[in-house]
Amino acid sequence: MENNHLISYLLFIPLAGGILLLLAEKSKESLIRYLGFIFSIITFVISLFIYAGYNINKGGFQLIDKITWIENLHISYHVGIDGISLLLVLLTTFLTPLTLLSSWKAITNKVKEFTFFMLMLEVGMLGVFVSLDMFLFYVFWEAMLIPMYFIIGIWGGDQRIYASVKFFLYTMFGSLLMLVAIIWLAVYASSSLGHFSTDLIELYGIGPAVQLEIQRWMFLAFALSFAIKVPLFPLHTWLPDAHVQAPTAGSVILAGVLLKMGTYGLLRFCLPLFPQSAVYFAPYISTLAVIGIIYGALVAMVQKDMKKLVAYSSVAHLGFVVLGIFALTQESVQGAVIQMVNHGLSTGALFLLVGILYERTHTREISEYGGIAKVVPVFAVFLMIASLSSMGLPGLNGFVGEFLILLGAFESPVLNSWWYAVFAASGVIFAAVYLLWMYQRVIFGEVKNPKMNSLTDMNKREIFILSSIFIFIVWIGVYPSTFLNVSAKSTETIIQQVMAGAHAEIPSGQILHPKTAVIGETSPAGK
Amino acid sequence: MIQLIYLTILLPFLGFLINGLLGRKIKNEKIIGIIGSGTIVISFLIVLGAFFQTLALPVEQRQTIVNLFTWLQAGGLNINIAYQVDQLSLVMALIVTGVGFIIHIYSIGYMHGDKSFGRFFAYMNLFIFAMMNLILGDNFVLLFLGWEGVGLCSYLLIGFWYDRKFEKSTTSDAAKKAFIVNRIGDFGFLLGMFLIYLTFGSLNFNDVFSHASAISIPVSTMNFIAVFLFIGATGKSAQIPLFVWLPDAMAGPTPVSALIHAATMVTAGVYMVARCSIIFASAPDILTVVAVVGVLTAIFAATIGLVQNDIKKILAYSTISQLGYMFLAMGVGAFSSGIFHVMTHAFFKALLFLGAGSIIHAMHDEQNIQNYGGLKKYMPKTFITFIIAALAISGIPPLSGFFSKDGILWYAFANGNILYWLIGTITALLTAFYMFRLVYLTFYGKERFGQDKHPHESPNVMTIPLIILAVLSVIGGFIGIPEIFSGEHGNLFENWLEPIFSNANAKLAAFGIQSSSTEFLLMAVTIAGAVGSIFYARYLYLQKTRLPAVYSKKFKGLYNLLLNKYFVDEAYDAAVVNPIVRGSDKILWKITDNKIIDGVVNGTASLIEVISKNIRKLENGIAQVYAVIMLLGIAAALFWLILSF
Repeated sequence: MENNHLISYLLFIPLAGGILLLLAEKSKESLIRYLGFIFSIITFVISLFIYAGYNINKGGFQLIDKITWIENLHISYHVGIDGISLLLVLLTTFLTPLTLLSSWKAITNKVKEFTFFMLMLEVGMLGVFVSLDMFLFYVFWEAMLIPMYFIIGIWGGDQRIYASVKFFLYTMFGSLLMLVAIIWLAVYASSSLGHFSTDLIELYGIGPAVQLEIQRWMFLAFALSFAIKVPLFPLHTWLPDAHVQAPTAGSVILAGVLLKMGTYGLLRFCLPLFPQSAVYFAPYISTLAVIGIIYGALVAMVQKDMKKLVAYSSVAHLGFVVLGIFALTQESVQGAVIQMVNHGLSTGALFLLVGILYERTHTREISEYGGIAKVVPVFAVFLMIASLSSMGLPGLNGFVGEFLILLGAFESPVLNSWWYAVFAASGVIFAAVYLLWMYQRVIFGEVKNPKMNSLTDMNKREIFILSSIFIFIVWIGVYPSTFLNVSAKSTETIIQQVMAGAHAEIPSGQILHPKTAVIGETSPAGK
Repeated sequence: MIQLIYLTILLPFLGFLINGLLGRKIKNEKIIGIIGSGTIVISFLIVLGAFFQTLALPVEQRQTIVNLFTWLQAGGLNINIAYQVDQLSLVMALIVTGVGFIIHIYSIGYMHGDKSFGRFFAYMNLFIFAMMNLILGDNFVLLFLGWEGVGLCSYLLIGFWYDRKFEKSTTSDAAKKAFIVNRIGDFGFLLGMFLIYLTFGSLNFNDVFSHASAISIPVSTMNFIAVFLFIGATGKSAQIPLFVWLPDAMAGPTPVSALIHAATMVTAGVYMVARCSIIFASAPDILTVVAVVGVLTAIFAATIGLVQNDIKKILAYSTISQLGYMFLAMGVGAFSSGIFHVMTHAFFKALLFLGAGSIIHAMHDEQNIQNYGGLKKYMPKTFITFIIAALAISGIPPLSGFFSKDGILWYAFANGNILYWLIGTITALLTAFYMFRLVYLTFYGKERFGQDKHPHESPNVMTIPLIILAVLSVIGGFIGIPEIFSGEHGNLFENWLEPIFSNANAKLAAFGIQSSSTEFLLMAVTIAGAVGSIFYARYLYLQKTRLPAVYSKKFKGLYNLLLNKYFVDEAYDAAVVNPIVRGSDKILWKITDNKIIDGVVNGTASLIEVISKNIRKLENGIAQVYAVIMLLGIAAALFWLILSF
C-alpha cells in the first residue's frame, strides 16, 4: 500500500510541532500561538487525507502501519483506523485548532507551555483512537493524562489542584485494573498463539474463547476503566470539578474528545473482546446509563454555575451513548457513534460560549446575568443554536444521535424491554428544562446587573470558531448520511462480532429481529 | 406544481434566513414585510396549483410523493426527506399558507415600529417552514421534525418581547412553559414512533398504514401506539391534561396567537390523529379515550372562558374548547368533520384574534374587557368583522362554524353516545354566551376607558385581512354542507377526503347512518340554544349590567374556581414541578453527589492518607525497631508455613 504511513504522520506532526515549540523563545508569544495553530491545522489536513484514503464501502481496519517495537513480547507499533476511529480522529483534529484559537486572548500566562501541552494532548488522543496494539493503546491512554493534568492544574480556576488530582487519581485507578487485564489477556494468548501478544487483531480471536467467569472479570476491569472516563453514573463526580476548574480550551477538549475515549474503548475493546460478558452485563450497564441520563439532567437543572450545568449535561449525553452501545442494535450503535461526534460539537460549543462570557465578566454564576440579549444579540443567537443542538431538536445534530439510540434501545433484543428507552426518552424533556431555564435566566428579561451593560458582543475570531462548529451541527442534522456511512460498516462488524461470540448467551428466539417476525404477511403475530 | 411542492418549504426557510440574518441591516419595514409575506404567498399559489392539479387526477391517483434525499439511514431504518401531496395534506397546506399569508400581511401593520420587526418576520417564516414539514412529511420522523420545529417557533414567538412582564411572571416564563409542556407530549409521540417501528419495521406512512389493518397485529399493541401518539396530540393541541401552556402563550404578539395558537399549530394534533386514522380505528378503546378527553376539554375550557376578563385569554380558552370539539370528532370516527372544523375554525378564530389585536392596538395595549365598552362607533370595520366571527363560532347558520360544529355534534349523536352530544351542545351554548359577553362588553354600552385612550380604526393593512377572513368565515362552510341540504352531490368536503379515511371508516363501519329528520331536530335545538345564549349575554351585559357582579358574589366559590382556572397550574406546581426541582437540588445534587459519592471518593483518599501517615511513623530510623519488625515478620511467615502443612 502506498499511503500507509499517513496515520503515523498524523501522530508525528503535532508531536514534532510541540517539540519545535520548546525551542522557541518564551517571550515570542504570538509566534508560538501561530506555530501551534499551524501545526494543528496541518494535522487537520492530514486527517482529511486519511478520510479520503479510507474506503467506507470496504470496512475493517485500513491504512495500517505496523513496525515491531519490542520483539520478544511481540509488541508492535501497530496503527490503523476503521470508520469509528476515523470519525473521532476527525473530531479531534477539528476541535484542537479551534480550541487553540479560542485561547488566543484567554491564555496569557505561560503560552509556550500551554500550546505545547495542547499539542501533546492531541498526540495522545489521536494515538488512543488509532492504536491497534493494546500495549501501544495503553501508553497513549496514560500519556494523555499528563498534559490534561497540567492544563487543569496550571491554567485552571481557584480549586485547580483539587480538581486535577481528583481527575488524575480517578482515571488512574481505572487504568491500572485495565493494565492487569491487558497483561492477563496477553499471557493467556500465548497458550493458543504460542507467544505473548498484545495485538488487538489477534486478541479479537482470543477474548471470546476465554472461560466465561474469567472473561467477566476481565470485561469488568476494562469496563470500569472506560466507565470512569465516560463517565458513567456513579463514577462521574470528577467531571464537574475538572470542567469547572479547567480553562475553556481544556473543557472543550475534555468534553469534546476525552470523554469519547471511554465510549470508544467500550466499543473497540469491551464488546468484541468479551462478547459474552458484554451481552451479560448489557442490562446492568444500560441501567446505569439510563440513571445517568435522568440524574445528570436533573442535577444540571439546579446548578448555579453555567459551566457546571454543561458538565452535568455531559453525564446525561454520554449516558445516551453508553445506552446506544449496549443496546447492541445497528441503529443504536450507529446512533451512539454519531452522538459521540455530536456531543463533541454541541458541548464544545456550549463550553466555548460560556468561556466567551467568562472572559469578559469573570463570573459564571447564572444569577449574575440576565437580559443580555439586548447587549449581545449575536451571542444570544449562538447560545440559542448551541442549546437547541444539545437538547436534540430535529434538524440539528443532536436529534440524529438520540433518535437512533432510543429507537435501537426500544427494539433491542439484548435489553429486551421498553423501559430503558422509555426512561431515557424522558431525558429529552429534562434537557429542554435545564437548557431553556439557563437560557432564560442568562439571556432574557431585563438587565439587572449594571456591569452587563458594558458587555461586548462576540468578535470575528469567536464568530469564526463557533460558525465552523455550527456548519457541522447543521450538516449532521440535515444530511447525516455523510457521517453515518463512514461508520456503518464498522459498527456492523462489531455487532456481528458480539453476536457471533455471544450466541450462547441469548436465547435463540431473542436474537431474531422482532420486526421481521411481525411485518411478514404470512408469519404469525409477534407477541 | 405538485413536483414543486418542496418550494413551499424552501421559500419560507429562505425568508427566515434573509430576514433573520439581514433584518437588522435592511431596517426598512416594507422590504422586510414584502420578503416575509412574499415567500408565503408564493407558497400558497404553489399549493393552490397542486390542489387543482390533484383535483384533475382520478381519485385513486391523488397521492404523490416528492422524494428529495435520504435523511436517516441506519440498520433497517430508512427515512427520507420526502413530501406527500394528497387530499389531507393539501387541505392543511391551503389553510396554513392561506391564513398564514393573511396574518403576515396583518402583521406588517400590527408590528409597525417594533424594534425587532425583522426578527418577528424571520420567526414567522420559520414557523411556516416547520408547519409545512409537519403536514407534508411522508413519514413520522419528518412530521416530528415539523412538530418540534413549530414548538420552537412557538417558544421564540411567545417570548418575542423577552424583556416584558406577563401577569405574575415574564413572557419568557410563558415561552418556556409552552416548550416544556409540549416536550412532555413529544415524549409520548417519540414512544409511539418507536413502537410503530418495532411493530411495522418502518416509519413511512404508506408502509405503516397499509399494514395497520392487518389482523395479525394484536389490539394491545395498537392501543399502546395510539395512546402514545395521543399523548403527543394532547401536548401540541392543548387538551386535558396538557392544556396549561396555551393560555400563557397569549404573552406573544397577537398575530402569533392568531396564526400559531389558534389557526394552525394547535391543530397539528388533530391532523396527526386524522393522518393516523387507521391506527386509531384499530384501537377502539383509545378512540373512546380521544372522544372523552375531547368533549371534557371542550366544556372544561368553555366554563373557564365564561368569567375571564382578558380578551386574549377568553379567546385562548375558546380555542382549547374548540380543539376539544375536533378531538371529539376524531374520537367518534368523524375524521372529515374534524378536519372541516379545523378549517372553519382557522378562519373565524384567526379573525377573532386579529380583531382582538386591532382592538388592543386601538386601546394602547389594554386587554381587560372590563375597561372597554362602546368601541363600535370608533372602529366599525373591526366591529362588523368581529361580530361575523362571533356568530360563526356560536354556530349561527349559514356561517361556516354552524356546518362544521353541527357535523361533529351529529356524528357524536349518531355514533351512539348521547352524552357526547349533550355535553357538546351545552358547550356550544356556553360558547355563544362567552363570545357575546365579550362582544357586548367591548363594543356596546358605556365607554369604561380613561380619557388617555383614543380608540381609532386600524389601518387598511390590518382591516383588509379582517375583511378577507370575515368573507371566508361566512362562505367557508358551504363546501362542507351536509347531505341533507345538498342532496345528491353529498358533502363535497367529505367526499374529497373520503379516500384518506376509507380504511379507518371501513374498520369502524359506523357510517351507514342516513341523514334523517333527527338531524334537523338536533340542529334546531342547538341553533335555538345558541340564539338564546346570545340574548342572555345581551341581557346580562347590556341591559342589567349590575347582575353579573351580583351573581359572582352569590356564587363566589364557583366564580373563584373558574376565575382561577380550577387551580390547575397551582396543582401542577405543587405536585410535579416543585418536588422535582427541590428533590434534584437537595437529594440528588447536595446529598447523593456531594455527600455520598464524593464522600466515598474523598474518604478513600483521606483513609489512604491516614494509613500512610501512620505507616510512615514506623520509618523512624531506629534500627532496633526495624529489627523487631523483621523478627515479627519472620515469625509470622514461619507460623503461616507451619499452618499450611
